[in-house]
Amino acid sequence: MHLKYESFVREPLVDGDKTYHQVTEDIVRPIEQKPGRMWYVGFYFSVLLLLFGVFSVTWAVYWGLGTWGVNRTVGWGWDITNFVWWVGIGHAGTLISAILLLFRQGWRTGVNRAAEAMTIFAVMCAGQFPIFHMGRVWDGFFVLPYPNSRGPLWPNFDSPLLWDVFAISTYFTVSLLFWYSGLIPDFATVRDRAKTKFRKLMYGFASFGWTGSAKSWQRHEALSLVLAGLATPLVLSVHTIVSFDFATSVIPGWHTTIFPPYFVAGAIFSGFAMVQTLLIVCRRIMGLEEYITVGHLEAMNKVIVLTGSIVGVAYLTELFMAWYSQVVYEQAAFQWRIAGPYWWSYWAMMTCNVVSPQLFWFKKLRRNIPFTFIMSIVVNIGMWFERFVIIVTSLYRDYLPGSWTYYSPTWPEIGFYLGTFGLFFTCFFLFAKYFPVIAIAEIKFVLKTSGESYKNKMDKIDAKSTEEFIQEQAESHHH
Amino acid sequence: MAIKKFAVACYDDEEVLFPAVKKVRHSGYKMHDVYTPFPVHGLDQAMGLKETDLHVAGFIYGIAGTATALGFMGWIFTSDWPMVFGGKPHFALPAFIPITFELTVLFSAVGMVLTFCYLNQIMPGVKKHLFHPRQTDDLFVMAVELNDQVTEQEVIEFLKTTGAVETSVQNAETEWWYGRWDKEEDYQLAGS
Repeated sequence: MHLKYESFVREPLVDGDKTYHQVTEDIVRPIEQKPGRMWYVGFYFSVLLLLFGVFSVTWAVYWGLGTWGVNRTVGWGWDITNFVWWVGIGHAGTLISAILLLFRQGWRTGVNRAAEAMTIFAVMCAGQFPIFHMGRVWDGFFVLPYPNSRGPLWPNFDSPLLWDVFAISTYFTVSLLFWYSGLIPDFATVRDRAKTKFRKLMYGFASFGWTGSAKSWQRHEALSLVLAGLATPLVLSVHTIVSFDFATSVIPGWHTTIFPPYFVAGAIFSGFAMVQTLLIVCRRIMGLEEYITVGHLEAMNKVIVLTGSIVGVAYLTELFMAWYSQVVYEQAAFQWRIAGPYWWSYWAMMTCNVVSPQLFWFKKLRRNIPFTFIMSIVVNIGMWFERFVIIVTSLYRDYLPGSWTYYSPTWPEIGFYLGTFGLFFTCFFLFAKYFPVIAIAEIKFVLKTSGESYKNKMDKIDAKSTEEFIQEQAESHHH
Repeated sequence: MAIKKFAVACYDDEEVLFPAVKKVRHSGYKMHDVYTPFPVHGLDQAMGLKETDLHVAGFIYGIAGTATALGFMGWIFTSDWPMVFGGKPHFALPAFIPITFELTVLFSAVGMVLTFCYLNQIMPGVKKHLFHPRQTDDLFVMAVELNDQVTEQEVIEFLKTTGAVETSVQNAETEWWYGRWDKEEDYQLAGS
């Protein structure tokens, strides 16, 4: 038995006077109740968007990629922009669930479940883009290394595009396993208090027959720790490999070694913004303000200002290197980014990603919920433009002035992008209704150390002198 | 299938549970298991459980992934269908690193989760005996096996002195079986 004491300097992670049972009640309540009107409106709107996306993609597959605005010069347009954007968003979930677990950041417990769900849904959305960008999507399985009747002709293992196939599919699988292994005990909690037969059946199935035996928990802890250890380098590798898609080429604007850290920082930046967008709405609608506190939002805003600044430094480094390299093509590419026909996308990126997050240096603004919500959307717009700038403004003017062009998307491309929002939010609404959106067992684990009412009881210990405290502890361990 | 008889004690605080676990171990009664709604650190040591070797399994799976990736890509590009890409050597180790890393992680994660499920005997459709419906909510439940050497009353009385808020005597299946959680099984009668 150890003393449950945490410094008063740390903000409580769970507000209010909670018992273990109350935690269960609060988090399972949305699952057991009928969802409110807002949920239905949001859910059906998402399904509608999803259907429009399906229609747009079907259109492009049926008529061919000529229906998109991409052309011979700008071969990658909105599709790869959206792919990189969605993959980047996914990174926050793994960062929260894995890296912050290794760093023993207690505040991750309130938000990790929803953030991991976001990761999985975002990677699902991201995966659609390279798949349908193939054009003849029915031949998509050619990327898999299987013994085939064409030689067998294997895929090119030296190509970053193939590395991407492995990185994204591994990332999706491992995130899913990590997420689900955490969900098993919480599904068991829902199962054991279920009143309806249907709920008992479904959650009984989903909880794999979990009973909470001490040995199972011991293995569960070991599993979580090793999966976190694996997911940490994995999440860094995924966006590094995505950045290799660009960095290993010889196109001005892409041919740079700064891309891996720059992409990873940008991914975490946009991912945390998306977590903020989702959780600010979620905590309000589902009444979880005591679990996802302003302290949680502030912690994430700190990550946003840090990664936003890293991204800013990367932008400036790129500019400096273009000038310092004395390569005219590199210089021209950056000159046109700033003041060429796509100047608006460059400045949208600069404003949203570098300038506006600096406001988070002010504590008042970091703890202001409406401001955080607006900023979270601004950041994601900025990060979308970053990918657009990297991809389109590096391609549209190539080495041959005769093939210079101006790219704009057509409706099936826009519809495809909107459709992935539909997919993302359809999944997220279902998640919010049927899954415990906060890790119940993990909250109970930190409750007596970091719960508000329990921390307040520690003021007596805090007031004691060190000698007195040591004396008492020694006595209590002797009987 | 092994149906046994248990004395069950429920505690509402882990700080009561720890001394209780210690007392039961010293008393010589056979502790079957302890069920908790969340991982209680130190409980495994208190119960005298061995450290799990799951992470060793994870390491072995990871190495298997590394070997698979390097062996497969190496074999393809040096012997099955050698090709030159961008002037790189056939066995282009730096270019193989990303896929090798991904497969290491993938094998390790998938292998570990499957091993975890196997060791805990859990999978969809599995059913196990629950000693108390609140053991996944807010109760810490200890099951003590009853045999010929001890009487029911004696054990229950003892458990009450350890601070249990609720006690009961149950016949329980100790293994898992296929079943639906919305159906009540009547196996208890068959055992007694």
